[in-house]
Amino acid sequence: MSAGFVLEFEKPIVELERKIAEMREFASDENVELSREIESLEQKLDRLADEIYSKLTRWEKVQLARHPRRPYSLDYINAFCKDFLEIHGDRGFADDKAVVCGFGKFNGQKVAVVGQQKARDTKGKLIRNFGMMHPEGYRKAMRVMRLAEKFNVPILIFIDTPGAYPGIDAEERGQAEAIARNIREMFRIKVPIIISIIGEGASGGALGIGVGDVILMLENSWYSVISPEGCAAILWRDQAKASEAAEALKLTAQDMLQLEVIDKIIPEPRGGAHRNPQGVYELLGKEIQAQLEHYGSLETGRLLEQRMQKFRRMGEVLQI
Amino acid sequence: MEWFKKAREGIISQKKKDIPEGLWTKCPKCSDIIYVRQLEENLSTCPNCEYHFRIKSSDYIRLILDEGELEEKDQGLISGDPLQFKDSKKYPDRIKTASKNTGLNDAVVSGIGKIDDKIISIAVMDFAFIGGSMGSVVGEKIARTIERAIQMRIPLVIISCTGGARMQEGILSLMQMAKTSALLARLDDLRLPYISVLTNPTTAGVMASYASLGDVIIAEPGALLGFAGQRVIKQTIRQDLPEGFQSSEFFQEHGFLDKIVHRRDLKKTISLFLEYFSNDVQGSA
Ligand SMILES: [Zn+2]
Repeated sequence: MSAGFVLEFEKPIVELERKIAEMREFASDENVELSREIESLEQKLDRLADEIYSKLTRWEKVQLARHPRRPYSLDYINAFCKDFLEIHGDRGFADDKAVVCGFGKFNGQKVAVVGQQKARDTKGKLIRNFGMMHPEGYRKAMRVMRLAEKFNVPILIFIDTPGAYPGIDAEERGQAEAIARNIREMFRIKVPIIISIIGEGASGGALGIGVGDVILMLENSWYSVISPEGCAAILWRDQAKASEAAEALKLTAQDMLQLEVIDKIIPEPRGGAHRNPQGVYELLGKEIQAQLEHYGSLETGRLLEQRMQKFRRMGEVLQI
Repeated sequence: MEWFKKAREGIISQKKKDIPEGLWTKCPKCSDIIYVRQLEENLSTCPNCEYHFRIKSSDYIRLILDEGELEEKDQGLISGDPLQFKDSKKYPDRIKTASKNTGLNDAVVSGIGKIDDKIISIAVMDFAFIGGSMGSVVGEKIARTIERAIQMRIPLVIISCTGGARMQEGILSLMQMAKTSALLARLDDLRLPYISVLTNPTTAGVMASYASLGDVIIAEPGALLGFAGQRVIKQTIRQDLPEGFQSSEFFQEHGFLDKIVHRRDLKKTISLFLEYFSNDVQGSA
């Protein structure tokens, strides 16, 4: 199902790609020479894709960030890590499967990993709760971070969530407390924390594992104080105004860089990460490696002071 | 945004013939008619059912600080418009209207004061200013309030009253959660006490940052406390919410609140905690 999923604005491209594939097949089956026609169509495809993807609206980028074929945390973990060992549970209540935690070897270096996990099929979506964490998920994440600190292993975090779970049980178990505590404690974790926003970064649900030394963001990801739908429902009193809300919220990677909330945009292949996951793994992997080397060499006191100052500066105030 | 509705319900809708208008109000909880003077004498709580009416930041300052005196700081910080945000109104216009209506520059008042002769760094949020929402100014003022506690080695008290982060400043509002929590880590490292006081409502981004990080957390009775908005929860789970869900009482029952305190006992309670947390070497007053 999701393998064939196509967004509205992707349709002309996918259509043309199909045509080219058909022509190739026909040419080889029937042994006819169509290379010039194919080449011309490919050029056309190139222009079309350039045109479509160079002027995506913020709302279209949100859709790309939610693309069901987009790589999820476990895809990155599997691409990056050898000998990945997952750990489970918060030792208090349950194991939250909306977040994957464990240890792995990244280019031979030991790392701890925390990643919010979505799924593509119905059953998986329920198990992963659509990537929406409960309090026990934030507490599990803190557990692995404390372990990482104890054994002096840097931490890689992958953010991809439509928000912390809004439910009765989540409130009963202290969703606010779990997120607040994580945010504060992440400022005290004495090993490097490298954050990668790979899809959706919604609100406190993202920030609850979002404090780190460097924040990388894939080109077609979004990060915001509230989802476009949530914002539309409150300010426009109409969820359907999500595209307007997305524009107003300024939530793209480019916006984040301009607002000095993130450090670096990781470019995606034209059309988004799902069109060439391997290419994205390579680019993000290289960047993470560089960041690990840089922050791994910092003395702990300086590391924590810089982490604090980084967030201390954020915001815009005027003085009268 | 349930609290807006609640605020509206607080406005009198039914008139009583025999008492002149403006001299009385109706309790939204028990429907009792209360004389305004009686309400004021009772610190804006219902004499019958103890319903706590919302009060202003200046009221809290008068209520809990010695002589009602605050040495106000950072009064001149005002909001920019980093996103050039516009919904039905432009954000700067929203700010202007709120300032005009409240006489405040943003949703928090902060400074130095005394509680029973103990010097504290204090911030009090004000719901009347755009729902007490936290944008860059609130975040910065809270951050500086914590920094003053650190510099002067004095306790911190924050009284929250807020619907959460301010959407009109987008991601920068979210980052105020990190900014304030970062400094609270430092305050905690220095073993300086922080009393977090929650009033109706304290929710979302503020609840998921500094409001939840007090050494002790106390709340007024019947306040709306929580992370997610009730409408969002209802939409997600498609069922009705239990009676008293996300109230102070619910919060305490589930282990996230130390104490529910009537407004008249607020100062006394904070003062006593500060005494227990004074960290003096001899361990006695
Ligand atoms: Zn009453």
